[in-house]
Formats: sequence, structure tokens, C-alpha cells
Amino acid sequence: MARIRTTVDGVRYDDDVEPRLLLVHYLRERLGRTGTPVGCDTSNCGACTVHLDGKAVKSCTVLAVQADGAEVTTIQGLATDGEWHPVQKAFHERHALQCGYCTPGMIMAAVDLLNENPTPSEDEVREGLEGNLCRCTGYQNIVDAVLQAAGQLKSGEAVRS
Amino acid sequence: MSEIDPGAVALQAADEISSPDDSREVGRRRLRKEDARLVTGQTNWTDNIQFPGMVHMAVLRSPMAHARITRVDVSAALERPGVVAAYSGRDLADEQGALPCAWPVTADMKHPNHPPLAVDEVRYVGDGVAVVVARDRYAAADALEAIEVDYEQLPAVVDMEQALKDEVLVHSDLGTNRCFTWPFAGGDYDVAKSKADVVVKRRFLQQRLIPTAMEPRSVVVAPIAAADEYTVYSATQIPHILRLMLAMVTGTPEHKIRVIAPDVGGGFGSKLNVYAEEVLALVVAKRLGRPVKWTETRSEGYQATIHGRDQIQDIEIAATSDGTLLGLKVDLMADMGAYLQLVTPGVPLLGAFMFNAIYKMEALSFTCHGVFTTKTPTDAYRGAGRPEATFAIERIMDELAAELGMDPMELRRKNWIRHEEFPYTTVAGLTYDSGNYEAATAKAMELFDYDGLRREQDKRRADKDPVQLGIGISTFTEMCGLAPSRVLGSLSYGAGGWEAAAIRMLPTGKVEVVTGTAPHGQGHVTAWSQIAADALGVPFEDVEVIHSDTRAAPQGMDTYGSRSLVVGGVAVHLACGKVIDKAKRVAAHLLEAAENDVEFAGGSFSVKGSPEAKLSIQEVALATFASHNFPEGMEPTLNSDYVMDPENFSFPHGTHLCAVEVDTETGFVKIRKYVAVDDVGRVINPIIVEGQVHGGLAQGIAQALFEEALYDADGNLTTGTLVDYYVPTAADLPRFTTDRTETPATSNPLGVKGVGEAGTIASTPAVVNAVVDALRPRGVVDVPMPCSPEHVWRALQQGGAK
Repeated sequence: MARIRTTVDGVRYDDDVEPRLLLVHYLRERLGRTGTPVGCDTSNCGACTVHLDGKAVKSCTVLAVQADGAEVTTIQGLATDGEWHPVQKAFHERHALQCGYCTPGMIMAAVDLLNENPTPSEDEVREGLEGNLCRCTGYQNIVDAVLQAAGQLKSGEAVRS
Repeated sequence: MSEIDPGAVALQAADEISSPDDSREVGRRRLRKEDARLVTGQTNWTDNIQFPGMVHMAVLRSPMAHARITRVDVSAALERPGVVAAYSGRDLADEQGALPCAWPVTADMKHPNHPPLAVDEVRYVGDGVAVVVARDRYAAADALEAIEVDYEQLPAVVDMEQALKDEVLVHSDLGTNRCFTWPFAGGDYDVAKSKADVVVKRRFLQQRLIPTAMEPRSVVVAPIAAADEYTVYSATQIPHILRLMLAMVTGTPEHKIRVIAPDVGGGFGSKLNVYAEEVLALVVAKRLGRPVKWTETRSEGYQATIHGRDQIQDIEIAATSDGTLLGLKVDLMADMGAYLQLVTPGVPLLGAFMFNAIYKMEALSFTCHGVFTTKTPTDAYRGAGRPEATFAIERIMDELAAELGMDPMELRRKNWIRHEEFPYTTVAGLTYDSGNYEAATAKAMELFDYDGLRREQDKRRADKDPVQLGIGISTFTEMCGLAPSRVLGSLSYGAGGWEAAAIRMLPTGKVEVVTGTAPHGQGHVTAWSQIAADALGVPFEDVEVIHSDTRAAPQGMDTYGSRSLVVGGVAVHLACGKVIDKAKRVAAHLLEAAENDVEFAGGSFSVKGSPEAKLSIQEVALATFASHNFPEGMEPTLNSDYVMDPENFSFPHGTHLCAVEVDTETGFVKIRKYVAVDDVGRVINPIIVEGQVHGGLAQGIAQALFEEALYDADGNLTTGTLVDYYVPTAADLPRFTTDRTETPATSNPLGVKGVGEAGTIASTPAVVNAVVDALRPRGVVDVPMPCSPEHVWRALQQGGAK
């Protein structure tokens, strides 16, 4: 067992964990932060994406012990004072989710993408989200949501094709 | 900028069609009620569920495609830390029953026994052999390694034609690998063919696909041991069917089982099943008297969750020299895999009636052979039978056009059912109630710039450009809205096709809609709210939709086959009508008017001729709750239900056009433009419809260009993880241009047709037709799917050599 101290969505936790415990299982099963789901076992799908010290990581590929001393933000900690993050709002307004299983990871990856590149082109959004799979939407509304959150598109405006 | 913006044009046009009256909810671009929880992570996936004392189950799976089990010893696993129990198939043999197949397509169909855990023999890689139950999922996974199994290897058979030789039997007790042969005919094909000037014959391969819903399967069974009662939480599309089947398989009384499908993260048919792990979790929870959870890993699911497609299609089309179709002959081999799951043998039958598609012809001859192989069972995957049929007919229409030297759209136009000919009974015996192929095609051609792209194609050909342009067409229809019960009965399916709805009018005038559908991404909560709001005259926000819990929504036939709106949504509409009928009687009583003099509009009851005498539906609901002053002899409730059995299938259609650039040096295919004009009848919520079309396109394009489940000769799934099985990303897919025409269905009062599968059914042939079109001058007449760089390059080498 290893002792770790993390801050998850603004709350501090001290826990003894098995060294092999994945961060995503620590979040889900120890802390009850079940907003972050698991979609695969090969780090392909990105459903489990969270922010570790502000950078997007796939939490199935990070050990809980690697989060020792770090700040973790999940989809459940993204809103501030009950106000949704602009990416959350845009996903809703653009119908960028159907079943919603990829959505937490997709939103966290998109927030990271916009932190890196606040004014991405459509192609940059598509390439930036390559690590996150969605099976429902065909991605078009996800791309539009990210462009809208970036201010590249107005609410309800269609992309020129 | 003055450039045309087809997307914006499309949005505007669709709204105008759908919502002529601003006060109506139906047709409005309502944002979804479902989203608030999903974008904030306040979800309830099955794997989130924890109960005190809950244990985790893990399944040991066969590493061999075919073997006799000579010994299973779980004793060492029991010594591992945290392990609570471990069982072999033999240990559970008396309780586990057999997994059901609800569709015995012929009287002599071979129906192998399918124990949830193999007892004597394993028949595909991934077949369950034993289970371990432990206090956490890591301990359970660890302990699997300690189970000892001795196998006596038997030969695998992975190829259908090889399997049909019966040299290696998947089930030796059946004596054959031929599961069934199902013939079907309309007209006399031989007579039709005798009149033909041109006969084109092709073999198309429908590769095996893995549905890959983003949420892996998961099940939790919580028992109340003393009462012999069980609550089953499952990531399933079919909570109602699952309850019935779990009762039948395990002998547990049906009324002692409650099934809840909590949030379900996509299905696409893969969760339209009754799985071994659902039965095993119930059996183990019974034995242990404590809650049991099983959640698949993705790689485990790739072996243990059903696959889709996997057909060999031999198709022959006969026509006169002017391009008039005469007949079609279809011979299919459909890979069942090692066992029959819930509707495995019925999937190709759902395609049987669709090969003739939108075209008029004299004769259709169809034969399907179901074949067992030592592979993961197949079953319904988005479209289920209809994508296969649509692919074959739309591909061979292009081949026939090439043979005749006709423009492929011209050939289609010459043969399709004209809009004034509806209702039209096809050669397959279905009656298409409505459609307008001319309108959808005209709109698509305009959005696509068909003539401009043909000119560019000519130029690239003339210039010998290494990057060639191809144009693909798919003028498709499908049958959905499953289904009239009597038709299902005539096809030997084991259940009906109705759907149930109930409306509960609460004292405050708020409304609960109880539906038998089981949404897992389709937005039923939003769409059913729109339907009920219009029918009852209440605000959209005042409606809640209750679903996917056999105790809260006790009657249902669940969600698949683009049926939910056409059957379940219509049931909601009709149940609301019964509420209004009752409320009108109450209002007449309270207004002291004759019932015939009371009118209902805009949520209020008023008396003809004296509009000031008025009661809102909410006032009537409260008066009914109190029932102090109520019509004599009337039950004091407005609550109503309706079980809708559709009179016909519905027939969405559309025209999809695809332009691809094919690099003849690398074989790489890039979609340059994709236009989809769909006619799904009347639209409840355009946002949801567009989303369904987008997602459907992505899955159909994925079959055309990217995905393929492969087995080696020994029966190992070599695309067994998401690393090896390529699900397309945002970077792989183009921006789609979507638009609609609206020809209302005449078979239901909402005029709706269903949209869940349309995009998947239509898009695969559009893309492959485009790839072949690009390469046809190089002698290429087919590219096997997926049209990967390798397949395109090989086709070019073979075509060029001709």
C-alpha cells in the first residue's frame, strides 16, 4: 500500500492505495466520483479523460500513486459555482452528445485543447480530439460545440462548407 | 462572404417544413432534457452501482476456438485473497439453463444448446468456462489465473463455405453446420431472366463488424434472499424482454424479477440480447445471497458481445437493354457464429424484403443459408439485415449501369416507384405506404452539385491525375418501426411488436409519461415530452418520461429496429388522446355542458359558443384528484394507457451522394463531400433527427472504409482490442451536409417513420460506389470492404492487370 494525497474537484483526500490501482478506479470506486467512466482497456477511447494538474490525461493510463500531490479535475468539478463551463454549455446547445458515455472525456479533452489553442480551426479540433472516440454523433456536432465554445461559431450558426 | 452555406439553408428549410405553427412542440428544435446529467457527470451507468457486500464476478474464457473440456479445477482460485466463490460450468449446470434464441426461422432450424458457461466443449475464443467471485474487481481478475482447465483441442472452422462442407462440425450432435435454409420468392425469377438482355452477377462480402457501444456491458444483480426476489441492473436495450427471458432461463418467477436499465451508453443492437453474464450474475447472486457485479473489459467484450454483419452475398440482376429491371436473385450465406443468440437467425430475414429496395421488378428470388462457425455469435447490429440488402442492391445497380453504359442515377430514376404510385406493393409483398424519391433526389443533387463534380471527374480522368474522383449514389429505403405482431408471427418470431404507453396526470397538472421503450441515447425523454405536450396542451417542461424499469414502466417491448417513435411514440400520442377524452367528459360535467359541445384546444376545454366558460387541463386534473364533483359512474382518474400494434412497417427513404478522392498511388480514400437527404416522415425534433443521421452515417462509413473483425485460421480474433479494430475518429470523418424532405407516413397518426438506422443503411453503398466509380476506368469493378488503402491498392493491381 502507498499513501497518496490528492485534491479531486477541490476536495483533499488522503488514502492508502495499492501501487497498481488505476487512477480511474481510485476516482470511481474509492472516491465515488463516477462521472468519469471507463470505455476501454487500451487507452484508445478517451472516455476516462480527466485533468491532472490542468493537463488532460486518460485516467486509465495513470496510476493513482502518480496523482500523489496532484490536483485532479473531473467532469464533476468543471462547473464553477453551479455555472457550466462554456464547453459543457456548447455540448448541450449543439446536441453534441447522445448516449453521453464519451461526453465526460470528450469535454475534458476539448477544454484542454482550447487551453492549448484558444482559436482552433475545424481541422485542428478534429485532430485534437483524435484520442477520444464517440460512437453516436459522427463527431460533427462535437466539433461544432468546440468551435462554438471557442467563439469561432455563434450559437445556432452553421459551419460554412 | 457570399458563398452558399448549405448547412444553414438546410436548418432553415427543415424548420419551416416541420413547424408551420409556432405554438406546437412537435417539430421544434428542443434542446434535450437528458443532457444536464450527462454533461455534468451526474450519471447512473450500471458500473457505477455499489451495494453493501457487493462482490465482483470475472469470467474465465476459452483461449481456443474449439476444444473439449476435460478438466476444470477452481480450487486454487478459492485460495486467492478476496475470493468468495468460483464455479465451473459443470458446477452450475443444473441452474444456468440455456441462453435463448427467440427466432426459430424454420421448423427444422438447428438450434444448439447454449449454456451460459460451457460444460463439455468450447466453440469460440471467449466462450465462458468458469467464473470467480471476489470482493473487488482486481482480486477477481487475479484469481482467474489460478483456475486450471485442461482442453483437448478440436479443429476450428472459420470460413462459411468451408463450414458448409461439414468436414469440421461446430456442434457434432447436430450433424451439420447448416443452421437453416430460408427460401423466399416473389414472382418467377427464371421467367423474368429469360426476357433479359443483360444479366450482371456479383459476389459481395459483408465483413464482420464489432458494434463497440462506448459503454461496455455491465450487470448488477441485487437479491433479497429471504424473499427470493432479484433486482437486475443491466446495460441493456431490452429490460422488459430481459426480465421475461431471465425468468424462463433460470426458472425464477417473472414477478420476482425486476429489471432496470439505468443510463445505458449506446447499444446499436449489441445490447439487444440476453447474455451469459446476465444469467450467471443472477445464478451466482442466488447462490451467495449477496449483490454481484460483472463489467466487461473492452477486449473481453470484443470476444463475448455479439458481432454484426458477416455475410457472403451472391447477387444477380436481370434487365432489358434500355435499363428496365426484370428480376433479382439473391443467395446469401450468413455467419451465425458458434451459437444462436436472441435473434441471430432472423437478422438476414429482415433484409430479405429489402433487396428490391425502391425499384419495380417482376421477380425476386431469395435464399439464405445460416451457417455455424467457431466464432463469436453474430446478431443485430444497427440496421440488422437491411444494410446488407441495401448495399447489395445499390452496388449492383451501379454495376448494371456500367454494363449498360447508363448514368447510375438515370438507371435508378427509370426503375424506382414514382411518387404518384404509392401505396405500392413490392415484388417482396410489402406495401410501401408513402414516399417521394424524386423530391429527395432532386434536393440531394442540388446540394451536391452532381453535374459539377462529374465535370471535375472527367477532367481528372483526362489529366490522368493520380488522385481520381469518384461519385457514389445510394437511393435507399428501409423497413422499420418493428413491427406488426401478425407479420412477426408469420416469420416465426417469438414475440409481438407492439409498444405500450401510459399517461399519469398528477394533481398539479404535471404529467408523467410512462413508456415501454428503453432509450440509450435516442432522446426519448425529450421527444416524448414534445408529443405529450402537444397532445395534452401542457408545457414541455411539465412532462417527465419514465422508462427502463420493469416496476415503474411495467409493459414494454424496448428499443431496436428504429421502432421507438413509430410504435412507442405513437402509443404516447394515442394514450394522451384517451386522457383528453376522459378530461372532456369531466370538463363537460363541471361546465354543465353537453360533452359534444365541449372543445379542446391549447390546453383548455371550452363550451362552443361561450368561450368564457373554460377550464384548463390542469384544473380538470385537480378536480379529478379531488373528485368531489364528478360525472356519475366515471372512474375518478384521467390516467390512460395505450398499447399500439402497428398496422404496417414504416419506410423511411432518402438519397445519399458521396464524392471521394482516391489516391491511386497509395490507395488512400478521402471523402470529399457527403450529402444525405433523408425522408423520415414527420419530424418530432429536428436536432435529434440530424444527430441520428450523423451517427448513422459515421457507422455506415466505418463499414465502408475502416472496420473489419478478422479471425485467423485457428479461430483467434486478431482484431481483439480497440488498438486493432479501427473505430473512426473525428479526424477520419468529413463534415456531412444533411437535409430532409417530409412525406408523412400514412400508417400512423403522427406520420412518423423512424430514423435510428437510416444513415447506417444508406451510407455504406454510397461510399463504396464512389470508390469503385473513381477506379472503374482502371478496370476495377469492386473493392472489398473496408476500402482501406491495402484493399484499394490490391484492387488496382488486379483491375489494372485485366
